[in-house]
Amino acid sequence: MQMDKLFKRNCCAVFLMFWLVHASWGYVSNGNQSGTEDGTQTGPDQQKQNLPVFTLNYSRIQMPLEITLWILLALFAKIGFNVYERITIWIPETCLLIGVGLIVGGIMHSVQERPPAVLTSRGFFLYILPPIVLDSGYFMPIRPFFENIGTVMWVAVVGTLWNSIGIGLSLYAVCCIDFFGVRDISVQENLLFAAIISVVDPVAVLSIFEDLSVNEQLYILALGECLFSDAVTVVLYDMFTFLAGMPKVESTDVFLGVTRFLVVGVGGLLVGFLFGFVAAFTTRFTSKVSEIEPLFAVMYSYLAYLVADMLSTSSIMAIVTCAMTMKYYVEENVAQNSCTTIRHVIKMLATLSETVIFLFLGVVTVTTEHQWNWGYILFTLLFAFVWRALGVVVLMHVVNPFRTIGFNYKDQFSLSYGGLRGAISFALVYLLPQTIVWRRLFLTATVTIIIFTVFFQGMSIRPLIQFINVRKSTWNLETINVEIHVRVMEHTVVGIEDICGQWSHHYWKDKFKKFNDRFIRWILIRDNQPESSIVSLYKKLELQNVMDILEPPAVGDSLSPVTPNQEESASKLKKKFLASDLRNMHNLLSKNMYKIRQRTVSYTSKHALPDETRTREILMRRHASLHHSLRGVGGLHTNLTTTPRYFSLPAQRRWEHTSASRRYPISGHFGAEVEMDHPLASPRSRLLRRSTSLGARNLGARRDLAANAAIAAMKDHRVRHGARRTSRPGSSQSRPPYPWPARQQHLQDPVNNSDNRTEASANGMWSPLL
Amino acid sequence: MGTLFSAPDDHFQDLSEKTGFSPEQIQILHKRFKQLSNEEDLLRRDDFNNIPDLACNPIRTQIIEAFFDKRNFRQNAVGSVEEISFEQFVVVMSHFRPVPLHNMTEEQRERMRREKLRFLFNMHDTDNDGTITLEEYKHVVEELLSRSGAIGKETAKGIADAAMLEVASITVGRMNPEDFYEGITFDHFLKILKDIEIETKMHIRFQNNACALC
Repeated sequence: MQMDKLFKRNCCAVFLMFWLVHASWGYVSNGNQSGTEDGTQTGPDQQKQNLPVFTLNYSRIQMPLEITLWILLALFAKIGFNVYERITIWIPETCLLIGVGLIVGGIMHSVQERPPAVLTSRGFFLYILPPIVLDSGYFMPIRPFFENIGTVMWVAVVGTLWNSIGIGLSLYAVCCIDFFGVRDISVQENLLFAAIISVVDPVAVLSIFEDLSVNEQLYILALGECLFSDAVTVVLYDMFTFLAGMPKVESTDVFLGVTRFLVVGVGGLLVGFLFGFVAAFTTRFTSKVSEIEPLFAVMYSYLAYLVADMLSTSSIMAIVTCAMTMKYYVEENVAQNSCTTIRHVIKMLATLSETVIFLFLGVVTVTTEHQWNWGYILFTLLFAFVWRALGVVVLMHVVNPFRTIGFNYKDQFSLSYGGLRGAISFALVYLLPQTIVWRRLFLTATVTIIIFTVFFQGMSIRPLIQFINVRKSTWNLETINVEIHVRVMEHTVVGIEDICGQWSHHYWKDKFKKFNDRFIRWILIRDNQPESSIVSLYKKLELQNVMDILEPPAVGDSLSPVTPNQEESASKLKKKFLASDLRNMHNLLSKNMYKIRQRTVSYTSKHALPDETRTREILMRRHASLHHSLRGVGGLHTNLTTTPRYFSLPAQRRWEHTSASRRYPISGHFGAEVEMDHPLASPRSRLLRRSTSLGARNLGARRDLAANAAIAAMKDHRVRHGARRTSRPGSSQSRPPYPWPARQQHLQDPVNNSDNRTEASANGMWSPLL
Repeated sequence: MGTLFSAPDDHFQDLSEKTGFSPEQIQILHKRFKQLSNEEDLLRRDDFNNIPDLACNPIRTQIIEAFFDKRNFRQNAVGSVEEISFEQFVVVMSHFRPVPLHNMTEEQRERMRREKLRFLFNMHDTDNDGTITLEEYKHVVEELLSRSGAIGKETAKGIADAAMLEVASITVGRMNPEDFYEGITFDHFLKILKDIEIETKMHIRFQNNACALC
């Protein structure tokens, strides 16, 4: 009931916004004609002109205003879709965007407006394409990608070529048949058109794959194919446009074409590497200027793009390589805030570009003049589908024997069916030079194919995949055990390989890792400390642990209804913990533990940011162990009785016996850190929480606690150091110092109530566990 | 070096059938065995120290021990031996043989998984009691982190603790205050690693020309 009301209200709001935008659009566009005449008086009789008090000067701001309004429109559309969540499950977002574009286009058509000249060749290739590609490159998961790199490159590069040439030649064959009346499309033009429509853009499909957690190999393949087929297509596009202008193609041209292809690819790679390393190196020195660190990341990538373009190499390859190289080192060097900012910015720009393009697609579909040719277009659809399916099947068969995990027919089907066309195709066809006679036919055909694949295939792929039951993968829950055992296994295999003198890719991975640790990190990373991934994982989990300690989990919500008065609710929470049945709470806690949202590899999701909520499995347990370990380490616990109640979580009691029996000795230092810090100081890290899966929670309660805490924390933010010192006497071991100077300065940041505070400060707090 | 195929070919054939390697692969392994053992018939622990690359491996002691561990000889024996013959060498190696996975049935895959995980388990469980205790786990973690230099013993300890807790929470779930967690049994081990496709990662690939570098 409530949901419906909310839904209706939101819908109304959204529609209202739409009309507002359009109204303003109409007004300013019409005002365009009259605007320039306001305030001026022409004519032979020059009367005394009064100072114009109010003028409407549209022409000055026309261009930026139109762009801004378009962007706002696109963004409102996105808000609109997410009003009702179930929509996006069944209809991919791209469909909705195109739909909105069609509606807008219809409106514009009816008022005889033309779409703004936003999408020019320069605009597209210089401003709109780079963010999309940067996004794909930056959020590409490195390890699975490199494990499958052979297959990905094979399918992407060879697949796109196969598609282009296949479709092109078949269409040429069709053209030769006089019946369809398109006799005079030459081979080159056909090939050009085929190249344009063979680039796949499985944006919608990727999110579906992710939702259904299909197996990792398929996912990576789809993602990588999307990325690299862009690169290949742009190269082919250039090449064929050039060739299309020539009357006759000789074999030398073909040969040169192939060579150029290689030069372009390798050149792009090199440029990307270069800029990636330079970016990483620069961030080594930016510790004092952390506000501009995100700029470095973005600017260097863009620079790589532009320089590669200048050298006529593949700019897409360059920007992707730059992003991939840079990411690992930059994220280590840079402040946590900047890290978040970089990701946000990249995602934001990419989403924007993509949305704008699809919207534009919808508009253009309605407003331009089309040229329809039944034969050509239907055959295009047919050939596109057939050649893709053939291509995928053949290529997979060739590559399967070399793979450990082959692709079965279901995977192949999913991949070929999921080959939707999208933004890039549209942009490329829109920008075809006017010299090509049949330009409008190509445009119509491309738009048809895009709409067909996006709507029909996009909407039907989800039930199909569920129906054929593609092999799923449960993404590895990132638990310590998994990490450790996978490591052990990798080392074992490398060892066995050494023993029997056989090499395979593990060897190279190991060698590269050694090289990386010794040389590259030494050059590029600030305060280089050799770091094991297990330790960093552990740190992350500990950090999450801290945040969860402070935050009464859903337990609090279910026990005490959230009141509008923040302070009351905060104190209510405290009281509730005291009063409630401990066993009950423990039940609830463990239920929360098992209600784990599976960690999806959402850094690859095209429409969302990386999701960093960690699984909460071990956290409460760990916390409990910290408590009783604290008991075990004598002498520091006078504070314990005065800690706020929310620390005395029940799980603690359960483990007392465990510790007493000493079967399971738990080190005490970590516990010491938690408790000895002024308890209210820790809530500072509460502010570090990013958006979590516990969505419906009221932030207010936390924020208030945090605010109180923060004030206390500000006053004694050095308590961290104090804590460290006080804990030392409790533990008899001496600890090797493990400085984290780069992180500490972030503690000085003024504390505010935003969610995206530095995790690094907590990192600083927790470093002594090493 | 003198590649002596002292064992007759049908002996290789037997081995091949027993372990699942192809005869060519057995020959490659035989060559390597002879190289490592200096032309003798038995391999000792010290012989493994001659492999330079192995020296950098953090868990090399465990790996070497695994070769001498009777549990890996598929004869349901326990304990360890001082020297191994070629046959035992190949049997241990067979845990890592490359298999065409897409031709296997579900049970075969499962069996293979268990086999490989059993191997890993035995590597950890050095005292043969069927469980990985905290001490053993700690030992492993320490070894894994030993390459990183600046990490102290406390970290390893802490990580091992956390890992054990995790296993406890995953496998046993809610525990009463009186319970304590003894150690990871093989079933628990299987459970915590059930999501990883071990069978796809844990194998070696044979190159066509076995350039046995020593």
